[in-house]
Amino acid sequence: MEYIDYYKILGLNKEATDGEIKKAYRKLARKYHPDLNPNNTEASKKFQQINEANEVLSDPEKRKKYDKYGKDWEHAEQFEQARKQQQYSGSYGGSDPFGGAGNPFEGGSYYSYGGEGQDFSDFFSSMFGNSGRKSSQSRFRGQDYRASLTLNLSQVYKTEKQTFSINGKNIRITVPAGIENGQEIKIKGMGGEGVNGGPKGDLYITINVVNDTEFERKGNDLYLDLPLELYKAVLGGEETINTLGGKVKLKIAPETQSGTKVRLKGKGFPVYKQDDKFGDLYINFVIKVPQNLSQEEKHLFEELAKLRK
Amino acid sequence: MEDIQRISIRECSIHYNIDRDFIDSLHDCGLLEIVYDGDDSWLDVEQLADFERYMRMHYDLDINLAGIEAIKHLLDRMERLENEILRMQNLLA
Repeated sequence: MEYIDYYKILGLNKEATDGEIKKAYRKLARKYHPDLNPNNTEASKKFQQINEANEVLSDPEKRKKYDKYGKDWEHAEQFEQARKQQQYSGSYGGSDPFGGAGNPFEGGSYYSYGGEGQDFSDFFSSMFGNSGRKSSQSRFRGQDYRASLTLNLSQVYKTEKQTFSINGKNIRITVPAGIENGQEIKIKGMGGEGVNGGPKGDLYITINVVNDTEFERKGNDLYLDLPLELYKAVLGGEETINTLGGKVKLKIAPETQSGTKVRLKGKGFPVYKQDDKFGDLYINFVIKVPQNLSQEEKHLFEELAKLRK
Repeated sequence: MEDIQRISIRECSIHYNIDRDFIDSLHDCGLLEIVYDGDDSWLDVEQLADFERYMRMHYDLDINLAGIEAIKHLLDRMERLENEILRMQNLLA
């Protein structure tokens, strides 16, 4: 077992008073508490360390044991019992009762057995049989679970309910329209069970959005390269566009150049969690040059070219 | 007939062993929505997770109501900013 310096965790020295320990614990608990640091695994780890340090140092008995036995304080009562047995049996002859398997201090040079004259109080004898810590009174929140769900862009255009399975449990969630690729949905209380009556953790679902449309999405705006017939670009007309929200008729101005951009306000993607708010749709016209011209068509184009000279 | 989607404030107070006034104060601050119906008042079960969080902040961390309000506001803002960062990252990608 690796040694944990509880004093260092709370930023205190070994002479800290009970008041100082309490104050330090509260200050750090407020800083690293999971409720104040959502999605922060480092803060959660730190919070558990702080709680453990407080559990030992705020309990006079545990603190005393800890101060005396340091890293092996949990095994202190075993050590005490073994010493008492050794003393009462009178068989002390320098042999190591902890030799071989089961030596709780194996590998630890901190306690050298056979230290005659060490003065251990009776209070440690009362700990016999209690080799573990007293169950913590601290309540801990359950662990958070994480999952991912892949949806098409067309599916997240509207708010929809999605059903999937986690750990054998069927979960039905509402995915709000406009959700971003990589965004997380948090479902409170669907995580792991809490400790000592602590609250359940949460379930985080990462939504992966795959574009299955001809539009390019940038935030709440959509972009579309629209091929336009040459004749319509020159003479003007009307063009029907299939947006995600339905068909839209667009007037094409005469002499529309290739690369002309038109903005259709409110025809873009829905804004996340803002009902009836949409981004814009940007159309970029790409003029199509006619191909496979007939002889007559070529001739007419040549006549047009002459007129332009 | 009791709505199974709600829990009575009286039950909450007994179960969590806290002063009912605290729950009412959360309502006064706008942190919880309590429905008053006849002799008792009710809390939507969906708000329980938030309610437990406010309770922990107050009783475990000694944060007063004004502090809880400020923290909620900041956490909501943090969530919006995180979503905004994600949107920006997707734009850059």
